[in-house]
Amino acid sequence: FMQRSLDSQTKKQLEEEEKKIISEEHWYLDLPDLKEKESFIIEERSFMPCEDLLYGRMSFKGFNPEIEKLMVQMNSKSKKEEMEVDDKMEADVSDEEMARRYETLVGTIGKKFLKKRDQRVLQDEDEDENSNTRPSKAKKMFLKPQD
Amino acid sequence: VMAARGVPAEACVGQLVLPGDVLLLPAHPDEDGERLRLGAGAARRGRLLCGPGLRRGGAGLTVTKCGLLRHRPAGGGSGGGAFWVDSQQKRYVPVKGDHVIGIVTAKTGDLFKVDVGGSEQASLSYLAFEGATKRNRPNVQVGDLIYGQFLVANKDMEPELVCIDSSGRASGMGVIGQDGFLFKVSLGLIRKLLAPKCEIIQELSQLYPFELVLGMNGRIWVKAKTVQQTLIIVNILEACEYMTAEQRKQALAKLSAN
Repeated sequence: FMQRSLDSQTKKQLEEEEKKIISEEHWYLDLPDLKEKESFIIEERSFMPCEDLLYGRMSFKGFNPEIEKLMVQMNSKSKKEEMEVDDKMEADVSDEEMARRYETLVGTIGKKFLKKRDQRVLQDEDEDENSNTRPSKAKKMFLKPQD
Repeated sequence: VMAARGVPAEACVGQLVLPGDVLLLPAHPDEDGERLRLGAGAARRGRLLCGPGLRRGGAGLTVTKCGLLRHRPAGGGSGGGAFWVDSQQKRYVPVKGDHVIGIVTAKTGDLFKVDVGGSEQASLSYLAFEGATKRNRPNVQVGDLIYGQFLVANKDMEPELVCIDSSGRASGMGVIGQDGFLFKVSLGLIRKLLAPKCEIIQELSQLYPFELVLGMNGRIWVKAKTVQQTLIIVNILEACEYMTAEQRKQALAKLSAN
C-alpha cells in the first residue's frame, strides 16, 4: 500500500506491529506439541473393532448356500491364518511338472503352425533315419507329451 | 470447576460407570521423557482404542454414556487394547462402517432414500451396487429391504449407504430377497447375537433351516420355510432379551419336542 508518504517513525511503528503479530503467531506453534502427546489413543464410535462382531448375514442348515459360503469367508477374514493355508493348497500341479509339460507342449504345437516348406524339411530329416511310413504316421497321429 | 479425581481405568472394568467419570490410564514412563521422542514412543506403546461411550480428555478418558466398562487386553491380531462402555439403547445413531438393514422409501432419479431408523434418512446411489452402470440399473423398488454399510455417517452430513465394499464386490450386501419377516430389537441384543460363539444363535441353528440378517440399527430379518417356523424364531429372538439362559433352553426344548 502507499509507502511513498511514510515517515521513518510510522515505518518503525508498522514494523513493531508486524513483530507483535508474528510473535502472536509463534504462540500457536506450541499447541500442536500438546496434541501430539495423546496420539496413541484412537477414538472410535463403532462397536465392530471393539467386540470383534461376526458378519450380519447368516444362514443355517443349508437354507441359503451362498450365504453359508459367505459366512465362512467373512468370518475367516478376521483369522487370517486360514487364508494362508488355503493359498498353499490350491496348486494341484507342482511347478516342476508344469515346466516339463510346457517344454514338450511348445514343440508339438509349434509344428502345427509351420509353413509347408518347413514341414517338408522336417519330414526329410525324419526320412534319413526312418522309413517312409513312420514319419507319415507320426505326422497324422497326435503326439502325447512325454512324462 | 471441581477437579474430579480420576479412577484407574482397569479398576472399573465390568462395573457401572456414569457420564462425567474420569478414567486414568496406566502411566507410561515415556511421557516424562523429551517431547522429541514421542514419535518413536507411540509406536512402541501400541494404539489404545477408545470406543463408544468414551472420549479422550485431559488426563485420561471421560465417560459419556452410562453402562458397564469393558476392556479388551492388547492382543497380537487385533492391535492394542481397547476400552468401551457397554450401554443399552433402542435408538440407532448412524456410524461409519456399520452394516444396517434399511427400507427404501423413495426413488428419485439417481438416488434412493432409505430409512435406517436414525434421525434422518440415508441416501443410496444407484451406482453403489455390484455391477451397476448407468445403463445397467439395479432392480430396486420402493419398499424393498436393503442390507448395506455406511460410507458417510457423522452429525454434520446426511448419512450415505453403499451396497458394495472397498474392493467393489457385494459380499452379501444389496437387496434382501422376497418373503421373510422384519422386526426391531434393542441395539444391545444385536451385539449380543453378533458376538462370536453366541449361544442363542447356536441353539436356534439346531432347530430347522432358516436365514437371518442382523442390522446394527436394531433390525432383524428372518426367513424360514414356513410362516409358522419364521414366527417362532421371531418370538424367541424378541423374548431373548429378557429371558435367562435356563428359560430359553426350556422354551427351545418344548419346541424341538413338538
